[in-house]
Amino acid sequence: MIKRKPSEVVFDTCNMILMVLVIIVSIYPLWYVTIASFSSTSAVSSGKVLLVPVEFTLDAFKQMWSYDDYAIWRSYGNTILYSVGGTALSMVLTILGAYPLSKKYLKGKKFLTWLILITMWFGPGMMPNYINLRNLHLLDSRIAIFLIGCISTFNVVLMRTFFESIPDSLEESAKLDGASHFRIMRDIFIPLSVPAIMTISLYYFVGRWNSFFWAMLLLKDKAKIPLQVVLKKLVVEMNANNSQAGMIDYTTTSRETMIYATMVIAVMPMIILYPFIQKYFVKGIMVGAIKG
Amino acid sequence: MNSTKKNGTTAQIAGDRSHINYIRIKKRMGATAQIVRDRQLYYMLIPFFIWYILMYYMPMYGIQIAFKDYKPLRGITASEWVGIKHFINFFQSPYCWRVIRNTILINIYSIITVFPLTIVFALLLNELRSKKFKTIVQTASYLPHFISTVIVVGLVISLLSPTTGIINMARDIFGAERIYFLAKPEYFRTIYIAMGGWQGIGFGAIIYTSALCSIDGCLYEAARIDGAGRFKQFLHVTIPGIMPTIAIMLILKVGSIMSLGMESIILLYQPITYETADVISSFVYRIGLESANPQYSFAAAVGLFEGVVSLMLVLLANKFSKAVTETSLF
Repeated sequence: MIKRKPSEVVFDTCNMILMVLVIIVSIYPLWYVTIASFSSTSAVSSGKVLLVPVEFTLDAFKQMWSYDDYAIWRSYGNTILYSVGGTALSMVLTILGAYPLSKKYLKGKKFLTWLILITMWFGPGMMPNYINLRNLHLLDSRIAIFLIGCISTFNVVLMRTFFESIPDSLEESAKLDGASHFRIMRDIFIPLSVPAIMTISLYYFVGRWNSFFWAMLLLKDKAKIPLQVVLKKLVVEMNANNSQAGMIDYTTTSRETMIYATMVIAVMPMIILYPFIQKYFVKGIMVGAIKG
Repeated sequence: MNSTKKNGTTAQIAGDRSHINYIRIKKRMGATAQIVRDRQLYYMLIPFFIWYILMYYMPMYGIQIAFKDYKPLRGITASEWVGIKHFINFFQSPYCWRVIRNTILINIYSIITVFPLTIVFALLLNELRSKKFKTIVQTASYLPHFISTVIVVGLVISLLSPTTGIINMARDIFGAERIYFLAKPEYFRTIYIAMGGWQGIGFGAIIYTSALCSIDGCLYEAARIDGAGRFKQFLHVTIPGIMPTIAIMLILKVGSIMSLGMESIILLYQPITYETADVISSFVYRIGLESANPQYSFAAAVGLFEGVVSLMLVLLANKFSKAVTETSLF
């Protein structure tokens, strides 16, 4: 063990303190929302809630449960449907695209790859996208939510890179046995790519779980909207209340704990999945960084 | 294999069940025969490209509305051509300068604050002696990245609330006046960039952390033998080691200086803060989609302007990167 110089000890100590601060800053806002959702409204609005729930109560969750403007549980169900179903669809399409494009001998590979890569550098923009959806009669439709952002070109490239790393010899020997491309893909490439498939599914899943913009724009029917859109309405309302309330009126904040409770149930799956997600996400970033 | 060579025709090779020299044979096959042989691969691509046609190429066709007076009832094709009228309108409108300025300023402020902080964070993380503690810090710092825009904005709003926000309660205790930060144009950019930093610094550091990991340990050892202390090692090994990564990331950031997503902006701004908060994309959203009287073509023209400028900047940045660091993105 090499002895550290005094200046190094000072640096290491400061660094440790700073990093502890980073941890606190990263986690505390979520922690605050959680404890506030379990505290009484009056305790929250008078600023007593800091580290643990004060005047523990489940009122906020009950209020959320019986919130009539938007059925929170139905929108929660919608979010699960869009996230799980959408991710499955995304994966099927991504693999179906990435597998052929990973074959060196595919005729027209360069052109086809170029057709999708171009989408990474230039997009049609919000207006043409919206008008296109309207022309396809996809306003206020669940299908639109499944289709929008269904394929991410970046993820296709990641998947393709992974398929390319699987040795050709495996494919050739399977061909010798008379296997079709579909079988080779299903029985050789997909089982060998489980880590990559997990990573990319998580990318899609988190993206879909957290997205709100197009759902907000397209879905008018309350029975179809996902949770993030409900939350968006509540959050914007909170902001509007703030501006009307000015500086004095405390009564408008009675809904605050309910909004916190909704946030808690909205992030809960992310937090539960987080240990797994994190590992895979980091891997994906590394692969992306190396292969470009 | 000899028999195929003698018999010659490509069709026969395509039908040949022995695929040992699959890739080599290819060179002697006609294009059609190859496509027929690999037809299953093309079948797989059909649903894939249908999606691209529906969600990318069809909207691309719709870009023409930027040069037309698009009327929903007449449709894209039948609407009247008006040339660059909408672009001229945009450049002459008082909003033009405002939204371009805000877009660029927010990006520049973010480049001079969040960008270096991300690198500093990665470097400090690298200097931590305990591996376990390092993992804990990393895990915690990634967390904000996984929280949705809506929730992050909600956190910011409640944090800064004039009545119940922690910051204002603290100001109250210290006798300072309560401030409604989100209604003050002068605070908007700071709030927005701080929010982006909170969400992005930890996760953004990954790329530098992985660059730091790939620095050869021998270099540190050599430096130590030459008598370099920890600071000297940092200066002469660590910094040069991640310089290429920094250069690429910076070029990328500069390349995207004209584009900024509107998702969190439209949740955070209010008419009173438009002066500093309204960016190109939020402007497009407001006039084209949110408004009761949407100006489709005008909004599309503004969006197209942003898209084209961004594309040129990215291409330029890439060229620059090729020349300077010998690494390019594409």
